[in-house]
Amino acid sequence: MVTGQFFRKMGAAAAAALALMPALAFAQQSSAGHPEPGQFHLQPSVTPIMDSIVAFHDGILMWSISLIVLLVLALLVIVMVRFNAKANPVPARFTHNTLVEVIWTVVPILALVVIAIPSFGVLSDQMTMPDGERKYLGANVFSMGEVDVPAPALTVKASGEQWYWNYEYVDQGVAFDSNMLNEDEIAALKPGQPRLLAVNNELVVPVNTTVRMQITASPSGVIHAFAVPSFGIKVDAVPGRLNETWFNARETGMYYGQCSELCGKDHAFMPIGVRVVTEPEFEAFITAFEESRDYATAVATLPAL
Amino acid sequence: MANTANLEAHATGHAGHDHHTPTGWRRWVYSTNHKDIGIMYLVFSIVAGVIGGLLSGLMRLELQEPGIQIFHGLAAMAYGLEGDAALDGGKHMFNVFVSAHALIMVFFTVMPATMGGFANYFAPLMIGAPDTAFPRINNIAFWLLPPALLLTILSMFFEGPAGALGFGGGWTAYPPLSTSGHPGPATDFVIFSLHVAGVSSILGAINLITTILNMRAPGMTLHKMPLFAWSVLVTAFLLLLALPVLAGAITMMLTDRNFGTTFFAPEGGGDPVLYQHLFWFFGHPEVYIMILPGFGIISHIVATFSRKPVFGYMAMAYAMVAIGFVGFVVWAHHMYTTGLSLDVQRYFVAATMVIAVPTGVKIFSWIATMWGGSITFRVPMLWAIGFIFLFTVGGVTGVVLANAGADRALHDTYYVVAHFHYVLSLGAVFSIFAGWYYWFPKMFGYMYNEFLGKLHFWVMFIGVNLIFFPQHFLGLAGMPRRYVDYPDAFALWNRVSSIGYYITFVAMIIFFYATWEAVRKKRLAGDNPWGDGATTLEWTLSSPPPFHQFSTLPKIESRDAH
Repeated sequence: MVTGQFFRKMGAAAAAALALMPALAFAQQSSAGHPEPGQFHLQPSVTPIMDSIVAFHDGILMWSISLIVLLVLALLVIVMVRFNAKANPVPARFTHNTLVEVIWTVVPILALVVIAIPSFGVLSDQMTMPDGERKYLGANVFSMGEVDVPAPALTVKASGEQWYWNYEYVDQGVAFDSNMLNEDEIAALKPGQPRLLAVNNELVVPVNTTVRMQITASPSGVIHAFAVPSFGIKVDAVPGRLNETWFNARETGMYYGQCSELCGKDHAFMPIGVRVVTEPEFEAFITAFEESRDYATAVATLPAL
Repeated sequence: MANTANLEAHATGHAGHDHHTPTGWRRWVYSTNHKDIGIMYLVFSIVAGVIGGLLSGLMRLELQEPGIQIFHGLAAMAYGLEGDAALDGGKHMFNVFVSAHALIMVFFTVMPATMGGFANYFAPLMIGAPDTAFPRINNIAFWLLPPALLLTILSMFFEGPAGALGFGGGWTAYPPLSTSGHPGPATDFVIFSLHVAGVSSILGAINLITTILNMRAPGMTLHKMPLFAWSVLVTAFLLLLALPVLAGAITMMLTDRNFGTTFFAPEGGGDPVLYQHLFWFFGHPEVYIMILPGFGIISHIVATFSRKPVFGYMAMAYAMVAIGFVGFVVWAHHMYTTGLSLDVQRYFVAATMVIAVPTGVKIFSWIATMWGGSITFRVPMLWAIGFIFLFTVGGVTGVVLANAGADRALHDTYYVVAHFHYVLSLGAVFSIFAGWYYWFPKMFGYMYNEFLGKLHFWVMFIGVNLIFFPQHFLGLAGMPRRYVDYPDAFALWNRVSSIGYYITFVAMIIFFYATWEAVRKKRLAGDNPWGDGATTLEWTLSSPPPFHQFSTLPKIESRDAH
């Protein structure tokens, strides 16, 4: 690597070390759907669930833990400066102070309660399938819920195989396999798409629609995990189990994830590619898929990526 | 106490036979002496640590750049494969290295150093006992470890998945990847290795519990016992209660693999997730097993070099008891993505966050011990202060991960890798080095070189932080763990992380040189090189202590402070 370039990157590294301060996280520009070079924060959100995770993490957790670390660091610096052998040759002998002991027990408990309230809210949203009535937190994790999410209109079953994903549009009864593209294939078929993330057949879903995801693995296979960071979902694909989650993406585009449970030699090579399209585009796609029962024919109805 | 009187007579009786001190290989192989066994554990831990560290070095070398860099070449060298077969072999080999690195570091490096080396050597000294309660059990507990390590290493040379060598299922060894996914005998070697290491740990735990409960010097009540002995007592109970569960789980896995049972196989009505519950019921206490003895070590070092008694002794002791207890009821926070119901996840979130409270008590009490003290920054104290800070960093990311809602984004990413290396590689290992420099003059009678010790600390401090801090960024950005190759966007932080490894590697060379230098220069340390801050009983003995100590049991006077 060219030295200048290297130092620029190290400069970026130094800058990013400051990223402990959560506010900086917002400063870094990046697009949803895939990691950016040098990224040091969560991937941008396009769903109410990821909105709440980002708000909870960046808005509460990062501040709390940064303050705790800075507090401990400050205390350590103070004792090292004030109570080193030069500054304080005669040590004190005290071993108890009930007041401070009560404080450092009770204050963390209160801090944990403050963290726990939004934490339970964020968790409950993730684990509750929308019914059209329930309100979701979205980015306001201290609210009682203010985001409307429609009931699921589409059900997709994702099955982890060694080493690719099989997707089935359950109500339409059509399925296809999704394999990673190698570098040559990317260059030939989908130039510009990211290495190790690009797949031959993306899972196509409509925008602004609640999608129910059923996740499992081949009955004779091993455990995988289905994850799409920008959607805020990650669910293990366990043989013999049908796990469930949901998402409702508000922006069209390509969203990538990667298998997130060790599954053998090609664990790093079975990415998840989800393409969010407009509702009319999806209608055309799924109609063509049902009629032809052929993914290639169906995907030909969509604009090229 | 009649009990104590018996002990005294017994100890005196032995002292009369000191001229029978065995020499040569018999002294070590047949050893029933807790100090010799402790030294053997430490040597074993260092040997295993070098192997585990080299494995991680090859992993960092691989991950330094995107694309598969070296493992196809390693597979070609090791297995004689070519082309695509070498590539496939290399991918699997990376998983094998990931698994072996974890198993070796957990079972053969950290545990033998803390619960084998320091606990064996110093728990009896600190409580004023002549030896441990069951010296022969102590011997077999140690000698089970080398074959266990050998089995783990051997597993790398036997067939795992069809056509590939070694076990690549991670130290967690989740079925079905570790059962139907690895039909070859490599996994059976790993299972047997864990069985043997588990027996070793359980025997060691029985020995230490019995010693600490029955052989304390007259006047040393549990509430006057040094905190390191407390930490060993709590840890030994965790070992005793947790390891049988692991043994059960891997035995079920063994029969699933070889004898047609289907405990974890869905096609026979079994459940892969059941294994995860059993594993983590062991696995979570296991992480406290690795860190608790470090808590004890740090308490002594902080008090010694602040020349001030430990602040809040009772709270410190019972915080460890609380951490040990709560550690048994939080296991499923490792399993938030397996499909646990909302209520189950809520419970484990709440239970896990509770652990932050006693942990916070310990951190603040260490600082309060220093507060008002007269601190000298000798090498052990540098490691101890480094420990307190880095363990705090690792601890707070644990609070983040405890929240199932946030863990959804971070589970099985490098954020988790960063978290547990901050508490273990930077926490537990720093406490081990702290203990090493603190007790080195006691164990070997020679003083280490202060400059080399400090150099070791600073180089390692920079190195390990450079390895693991950027891994938080990788995890937040979504890079999954246990990946031999990653999307190009993750290149920068992986490169920084690899540079950190090379710096840490230099630190390890300094460590070995410092040890060699100390042994060669033979600067006599004296009984107590640390001055009046070092108040525990081991400093009343010669350095190194006599082959048998306390032939007259020390009497512990009631002191106003602990």
